[in-house]
This record gives sequence, C-alpha cells and structure tokens, in this order.
Amino acid sequence: MSGSALLLQFLNGLAGANSLFLVAAGLSLIFGVSRIVNFAHGSLYMLGMYVAVWLAPATGFWAAVLLAALIVAATGALVEIGVLRRLYQAPELLQLLATFALVLIVRDFALWAWGPQDMLGPRAPGFGDAVFIAGAAFPRYDLLLIALGPLVFVLLHALLTRTRWGTLVRAATEDREMAAALGVNQRWLFTGIFGLGALLAGAGGALAVPREPASLAVDLAAISDAFVVVVVGGLGSVPGAFLAALVIGEVKAFCIGYGYSEITLAVEFIVMAVVLVLRPWGLLGKPLPAPRGAAAVEPPLGRIDRKAALALACLAALLAGLPLAGDEYTLVLATDILVFALFAVSLHFIMGPGGLASFGHAAYLGLGAYGAALLLLRAHAPTEAALALAPLLALGGAALCGWFAVRLAGVYLAMLTLAFAQIVWSIAFQWDSVTGGSNGLIGVWPAPWLASKSAYYYLALLVCGIGIALLWRALGAPLGYTLRAGRDAPLRADAIGIDVRRVQWIGFAIAGTFAGIAGALYAFSKGSISPETLSVPRSVDALVMVLLGGVQTLTGPAWGAVLFVWLQDELAREVEYWRAAIGAVVLALVLVFPRGLAGYLKERFAR
Amino acid sequence: MALLEVRGLSAGYGRARVLFDVELELGAGEVVMLTGRNGAGKSTTLKAIMGLIAREGDLRFGATPLGRLEAFEIARLGLGYVPEDRRIFTALTVAENLQVGRRAPRPGLPAWDEARVFALFAPLAAMKERPGARMSGGEQKMLAIARTLMGNPRAVLLDEPSEGLAPLVVRQMAAALAELKRAGVSVLVCEQNAQFAARLADRAYVIERGTVRPA
Ligand SMILES: Nc1ncnc2c1ncn2[C@@H]1O[C@H](COP(=O)(O)OP(=O)(O)OP(=O)(O)O)[C@@H](O)[C@H]1O
Ligand SMILES: [Mg+2]
Repeated sequence: MSGSALLLQFLNGLAGANSLFLVAAGLSLIFGVSRIVNFAHGSLYMLGMYVAVWLAPATGFWAAVLLAALIVAATGALVEIGVLRRLYQAPELLQLLATFALVLIVRDFALWAWGPQDMLGPRAPGFGDAVFIAGAAFPRYDLLLIALGPLVFVLLHALLTRTRWGTLVRAATEDREMAAALGVNQRWLFTGIFGLGALLAGAGGALAVPREPASLAVDLAAISDAFVVVVVGGLGSVPGAFLAALVIGEVKAFCIGYGYSEITLAVEFIVMAVVLVLRPWGLLGKPLPAPRGAAAVEPPLGRIDRKAALALACLAALLAGLPLAGDEYTLVLATDILVFALFAVSLHFIMGPGGLASFGHAAYLGLGAYGAALLLLRAHAPTEAALALAPLLALGGAALCGWFAVRLAGVYLAMLTLAFAQIVWSIAFQWDSVTGGSNGLIGVWPAPWLASKSAYYYLALLVCGIGIALLWRALGAPLGYTLRAGRDAPLRADAIGIDVRRVQWIGFAIAGTFAGIAGALYAFSKGSISPETLSVPRSVDALVMVLLGGVQTLTGPAWGAVLFVWLQDELAREVEYWRAAIGAVVLALVLVFPRGLAGYLKERFAR
Repeated sequence: MALLEVRGLSAGYGRARVLFDVELELGAGEVVMLTGRNGAGKSTTLKAIMGLIAREGDLRFGATPLGRLEAFEIARLGLGYVPEDRRIFTALTVAENLQVGRRAPRPGLPAWDEARVFALFAPLAAMKERPGARMSGGEQKMLAIARTLMGNPRAVLLDEPSEGLAPLVVRQMAAALAELKRAGVSVLVCEQNAQFAARLADRAYVIERGTVRPA
C-alpha cells in the first residue's frame, strides 16, 4: 500500500472513531454513575439514525441531526425514569436483561415505524463532495467528523470538570451513598446522565447517516463495537473511551482497507482480549471497587431427593408417552423444548454455581449446530457420527473463550463472552463458501431411521434427558462444589488447594460442550440452520430461560426453558411484533420477579 | 424541644440486628457524645439516623419525621454526616469536594463558605487543588468535616473525629469542634477518646449491645 493510501486509511479510521467515541462515551458515562451496562445503547444509536433519516426531508440535514439527538436524549431520560430507576439495587444480570429487553422493543418499534428496508439518508449540505489529500479523494464530510470527535471530547471533559453538575456526577461515580449524605439528589443526576448518554448516542447515529444507511442490524453492531471500545479504554473513563475509539477505529479501517473486512471483528476481539489479560480494567480505567453490599450469600442448590426423583421419573414416563397422544406439531414443539432445556441447563451449570454469566452461550449451540451440518453436508458423515462429533467443535470454542473468560468477572465477562459470540456469528454470516453465509445451510436431515417426528423426539428425549441428568449430577459432585467454592470464596478456595481458574475453565468447557450437543440435535430437527442460531438474541434467550426459572435453583432453568419456548411459540403465532412482546414480558418479569419463577415459588412456599 | 429526637430506633445489616430500641436526643446548640466499645453500634446509629441503612423507629429532626425520607432529603433538612472512614471523593480536588457539599445558606445562621472552612482548618487552604487521593488521613478527616459544613447544617453527626490523628492534630480538631459549638451547630459525636470529647460535650450516652443509656 502506498503512502497516500495509508494516509487515507488512517483518516478513514479517525472518521470512524468519531461515532465509536460518541456511543462508547455515553455508555461509559452511564456505567460510571449508575453501574448499569446499557445494552440498549446501540439501539439509541440506531434510533438516532432512523429519526435523522426520517426528519431530514422535512427539516433539512442539520436540524434533523439536532432534533434526532434531542429526541433520543428524551427517550433515554424516559427509559431511566420508567425502567432503570427501579433496578439500581437489582443484581447486575437483571439490569443487563432489562436493557436487552429494551433492545428488542426498540428494534420492533423501528420495524413498525420505518419498515424492514435499509434507509439511505441525505448527504450533509456543503459537505457532499470530496477533497484531495496527497492526490487522493477523501470525503469532505469525514474531515468534519474527524474534527468533531475531539471537539465533543473537549466539551464533555469541560462539562465534567468545570461545572458543578459535572463535579456531582464524578462524586456520585465514586461514592453514591456519600454524595446522597451530602444532599445530592441522585435521581435527577441519573436521569440527566442517561439523557446525556442517549444524546451522545443519538447524535452519533444521526451524524453517521451520510456514511451508512439506517438498518435494523445497526443496534447490535453498534453495541458490540461500543463494548469493545469501553472495555479497551476502561469502563467509566471518558478519556479511555476516546483513546480506545481511536485504536479500534484504526483497526477497523485498516482491516477493511486491506480487504479483510470479514476479520475486523476477530481482530477487535483479539485487541480486547489482549488488553483484558494485560490490564483487566482497560487502558485508562481503574479497578472497580467491589459494589457496596455485594451479593448476598446464596443457600446451596437443592438436591434431587427421593420424592423429586420419583416425580422426574413420572415426568419422563409421561414424556415417553407423548407421541401416542400428540400430533406432529406438538412433537416438534416438544423436541424444541427438550433441546432448549438442555441448552438452558448447560448455561446454568456455569452461570449459577460457576458464577460466570456468559452472554454468548449461543455461540456453542451454534458451533454444535454448524458442526453437525458441516459434517453431514461437507464431510458426508453419517448422522450418528455428525451428532457425536459436532459437540467437539463447541468444546473447542468454549475452551478458547473460556480461557479468557475465567480471568474476568461481572460486566467485563459479559462483554467478552458477548464479543466472542458476535465473532462466531460474523464468521458464520460472512464465510459464504463454507457456512452458506446469511442463508445458512439447508438439507440437514437425519438418517432414515430418525426421519419420523416421533423417532427424532425419542432421540431428543433420551439425549437431553441424559445430558440434563449428567449436568445436575455433576453439580452435586465434587466438581460442582469446587465451582461454587470458586464463586463464593475464591481466595479461600485457592488456599485449600483448588485451582479456581482451572476448575472454572473446565466448567466452562463442559457447559459449552453440552450446549453443542443441544445444537447438533437442533440442526437435525430443523433440517436447516442459519446464523440466527448463534446470534446475540439467542444467547439472551438462554439467559432469560435461566433467570425465568431462577439462577439459584437446580431444576428451575429447565422449567424456564419450557415456559420460554412455549411462550415464544404462542407469541410468534399470535403477535406480529413478537420480539417486542417478549421484551415486554422479560421487562415485566425482571421488575416483578427478580428471583425467577422457581426462586419466587420456593420463597413463597418456604414460608 | 430537642432538635433531633430518636425513639425506639432499631437497625442492622441484612439479617444481623445491631441496634435495639435506641433512644436519644440532641438539643439545639448542644454537643452530645456517644461512646461505647468497638462494635457496640455507634457508627450504625449514625448511619441509621441518616437513612443510609434500613431502620425502624420514630426519628424526628426539628418538626420533620425522618422515617420516610431518603438520605439526600435528610441532608437537605440540615443534618450533616461525617463518616468514620471519611469517604473523601478521591478523584476530586479539595475545592471540588467542598463544592459537592455546598448548599444554600439557612436563614438565621451565618453561611459557611470556602474562606470560613479554611479558617477553621488552616492546612486545607494550602492544598485547594490537590486531589483527595493524595491527602493524609488527618487532612482527609478535616476535609470530610469541612465538606459537611459547606451544606450549612443545623446539626452534624460526627463519627470518630480524632481517630488516628497525631496529638497536635487532635488539639486542632478539638479547637474546631469548640468553634462549631460557638457557631451554634449541634453535634452528635461518636468518640473513643473520652478526654477529647468530654471537655466539649454537654452530655454523653453510652451504647452497649445495641441499646443506649445516659452516661
Ligand atoms: N457493613 C456491615 N455489615 C454487617 N455488619 C456490620 C457492618 N458494619 C458494622 N457491622 C457490625 O455491626 C456492629 C456495630 O458496628 P459499628 O460500626 O456500629 O460499631 P462502632 O460502635 O462504630 O465500633 P467502632 O468503635 O469500632 O467504630 C458490629 O458488630 C459490626 O460487626
Ligand atoms: Mg464506628
């Protein structure tokens, strides 16, 4: 690449860094004060894009940018008042889930309001042409963005360091309780900071309009980029977000410039993983203080006593009789339920007793599914071999991601696992020649002896039943106890000779493998797979199932899966905007049953 | 009528009950000492009054019941709180720490401003721009008190002002406390150093196993 081409790539990276910075700075500010990772921040960015494209014909470009930013800011403030304000005391996971529910709702809102097609926006008046830099054309608008990023940074910095409001924000970031004891009303502070964060995201989206079309996939793309930026820069640090946005912006620009746009995400992930391992709190971040009043110590999981075992045996017998009674539709639904029950139980295995809440568990489901499909279609392996070998791919993925994951905790862990899943997704999505790209793979049908719905149902019942039983058994065995010890008292566990990281790593790999088994079964039951199998929303489905059932219960997650799959099936049939409906249900559950259904029932009847 | 009145206060952390039926009063312009062994519940009493932990009982400040109020509302009524562990905002400078505590003056009381708190704690005046993270424990203690005074409180809950201070600084602190008393600020002070507080205090309570009796 020539010198001038290099220069242009570099400038391109700077321009891209602008919107990265705007989104990440808002995310970081909000996290700093409220300790909430706002999953919906990418959705606010997307909303900013759509609103700007929508308004521009009527108001002109610049007014549209301004109005979009303000409308998104107001939305953010309303969301804080209506939802998040009720969740500041709730466990981290529930906060993440609630903001994810908002992602679903915003996306369906955009679908309803603006339709499924991408929308091209106008160019900025006066900035539509190119300038010549070192003999090559460069969009004038991008130069404006390059200047805008540092300007916003300086303004934001001045706001935070030169005004009383900014001082209060920084004080509350450090010690909310003490700020309150000095008479600072946090409510308005929090609403204000959410509004500001949303303003930045909305402005970022609106300003990106001349560079890219508004589309429904922007939300998750923006949020995973922003996650990478804040993790690299340090959560809660605005200068960190600025620096990291530059780094990531350049990484992206050069990957794309050299024609490797497919591996951008992978390179981002590597940058993030390296930073996290070397400086677990990011380049300019500070180690997070342990939250005041940290999680209460949970009672041990229940065990399957004789009565429960009997009940489960009866259930198994009932399930075995289902093909005699049910029609094909019921059998397909029941197979789905079994597969997702195993999936949910495998996530619970590492998330409950292991304490490692993975936000990308669908990656292993998807690896299992793609593994099975590829073995069948590309290697022409028999069904049985495909089913048996596919989970190994999931094992490999889980071992890789898990190696990093066990070094992290809390939101950092959530972001890393999410980013890993997003990479696996983008590989499946973009590697057309092998994975079939966005269309996925079709013709994944099992061998003739499994072709009937009832035969396949029996296979699923057998495999999932054994899988779930094994996982539950392991939780009551030394492996489960050491996992718990590592979660509740890592130092003490270490002192009595438990290699905590190793145990967690093994746990993570096991969980991934069982998710892979579920994935392989899933592929053959559907006959086709698409990247959606391992998308982020699918990972969140798994979290919802587990939380629905109750993290601190043994059998709850399986029931959560039953309820969730059934509910999704009903909703998808009856309601057009079923994603938003699921989002609303999740939101309601988080607000009403913070301990999950099984947890709630247990508490209710333990009295 | 007492400025601060506490009746039947019980509080604790999670399931552990620490206070049972605490009764105490603080009159206008009074300095009252609260003593007791380590772990007796002195700090817990102050936190409970301030609304920083869940509590039950009848609490009243002036004419206002505190039961349903949040910490920031209690602070705005004019009840200041200086925690035992200081809790300076370490990322903020001395001046900024003071700014966080600043509130509108109260009618009838002379207002506290930077100049006045610096007169009270002279060492702080020399380090206005220094971040809290780079201050000694004693300096932080002074800043914590100064910061609370910036809110123009009518009464201050002061937790262990002399803890960990060199004798000279303890004397400075005692002088500052005497100055507060002259300025008409009521003080409820937890103190291990009996000598320190006894000279200033009008009355004292002893707290033992979570209940209070007059000394
Ligand atoms: N955050 C907390 N969580 C649980 N228990 C606590 C907490 N803080 C204090 N305690 C317990 O409450 C009791 C009273 O503590 P408190 O801090 O009020 O004592 P104190 O009288 O201020 O002691 P000291 O003289 O050491 O400051 C002690 O038994 C202590 O162990
Ligand atoms: Mg104490």
